[in-house]
Amino acid sequence: MSLLDDFMVRAVLAGLGVVLAAAPLGCFVVWRRMAYFGDATAHASILGVALALAFNLSIFGGVLSVALIMALTVSSLGGRGYAMDTLLGVMAHSSLAFGIVAVSLIDSVRIDLMAYLFGDILAVGRMDLLVIWMGAAAVLILLIARWSALLTATLNPDLASAAGISPKQEQLILSLALAVVVAVAIKVVGVLLIAAMLLIPAAAARPFARTPERMAAIAVGIGIVSVGGGIQLAFQFDTPTGPTIVCVCAVLFCAASLSELIRKNT
Amino acid sequence: MSKPLIALKNVCVHIGAKVALHDVSLSLTSGEIVTVVGPNGSGKSTLLRTLIGALKPTGGTLTHRPNLRIGYVPQKLHIDPTLPLTVRRFLSLPQRVSDDVAQKALQDAGAEALEHQQMTSLSGGQFQRVLLARALLNRPHILILDEATQGLDQPGSADFYAQIERVRQQFGCAVLMVSHELHVVMAASDRVICLNGHICCEGAPETVASAPEYRALFGSGTHGALALYRHEHSHTHDENCAHDHNHHHADDQTHAHGDHT
Repeated sequence: MSLLDDFMVRAVLAGLGVVLAAAPLGCFVVWRRMAYFGDATAHASILGVALALAFNLSIFGGVLSVALIMALTVSSLGGRGYAMDTLLGVMAHSSLAFGIVAVSLIDSVRIDLMAYLFGDILAVGRMDLLVIWMGAAAVLILLIARWSALLTATLNPDLASAAGISPKQEQLILSLALAVVVAVAIKVVGVLLIAAMLLIPAAAARPFARTPERMAAIAVGIGIVSVGGGIQLAFQFDTPTGPTIVCVCAVLFCAASLSELIRKNT
Repeated sequence: MSKPLIALKNVCVHIGAKVALHDVSLSLTSGEIVTVVGPNGSGKSTLLRTLIGALKPTGGTLTHRPNLRIGYVPQKLHIDPTLPLTVRRFLSLPQRVSDDVAQKALQDAGAEALEHQQMTSLSGGQFQRVLLARALLNRPHILILDEATQGLDQPGSADFYAQIERVRQQFGCAVLMVSHELHVVMAASDRVICLNGHICCEGAPETVASAPEYRALFGSGTHGALALYRHEHSHTHDENCAHDHNHHHADDQTHAHGDHT
């Protein structure tokens, strides 16, 4: 009997995989004020689940393609004078609604909608684990390889252009990474809470960091603690695992903000 | 005159469907300080962004010397408070630079001892000096500044321009800048370009200040302010000025309006 036979071990490994990619990417989401963007992409992915079920494709493939289309659409609309938050709000919630309606129309398969909305980390199989870790590794490698360019483009597009970096290309890379993270995280925390795993660790890491790299590393650390603590607590109190992980993360964020407040006032 | 570092010939730039610049021809040579003035929306930033390669001309040609190094100081840069960034780390973006190089650049820009500060904690003047230091890292042939003193008080911006002048002498680089502070800038420039979608007039500061196109844009009130700084010159060289002016107009005709004829 190998270690991976234990569903708890698989759950922890799945959570770690997601966090490893989501936390550094989440830093960019925070720095670039793309929180709603992440939300919209994540919510749209339920449409991907519906399509995958309807055409008998892999869930990962369906979600990845829809998330990618959504991310590209939104990023190409950006900077064209639209009121972005309104537009994103419309797209996020309407795609979520259409997705849920579409899933319910497919009566050939009995599916648990809750599993896709809030994740089902305890049901992660070996194949899922492989997909999660491959996706996470790809995102992490992409981010590390492009780190300086991404950071420069985030600071100021003109500064990037002057250094021979294309801000559009870097935006595209982030959109791609976001789509992959959404696709691998859907099993773990579900479409409704993916954005939380992007934002909260990064936001909690901010008070402790003096450089961008440090912030990303601390965010990963906070993510790991949240996953470990969340799974433990969910097991102990018999609560849904995905939301429990997010709860732990949120508590850590509050603690971080509070300690910053105290530090500033003393 | 030596070969220009960078040259625009009849350049047009569209932003969306709007024509931001048309028929712009200009060139920069080593060591000169050129200032671009013009009202809001006259295409000043568009011109600079075209020169650094952020925008592609939709007409005309942009040529530059091979391996031209451009140092760019953007208009006041907003750094999101959620992004932790020390001055030292900022200088290593996107290319990592050694501590020595970083230290030297900070010294050249008059920003010593700021190394370990957070970018978001700097004062306006310090921030602009750090941006200048970053632009000096690759020992540029041309320094391009986009309203670099916006938000600084008068002594602050005077200090900043004095620093630019020192940098120019030390590096022998050309300086192209956009500014609203007409009197300060004009006193510090070799050549002034007055922009309003196209080049209205250009030449030595005194010439431009007395050009009717310039007065039409900025009113004679500004000219009065300028005269405060320049009155000795305009009195003694009144005659010359008139000549310059005529000469310059002939120039202007061929440069900016050549295409219409």
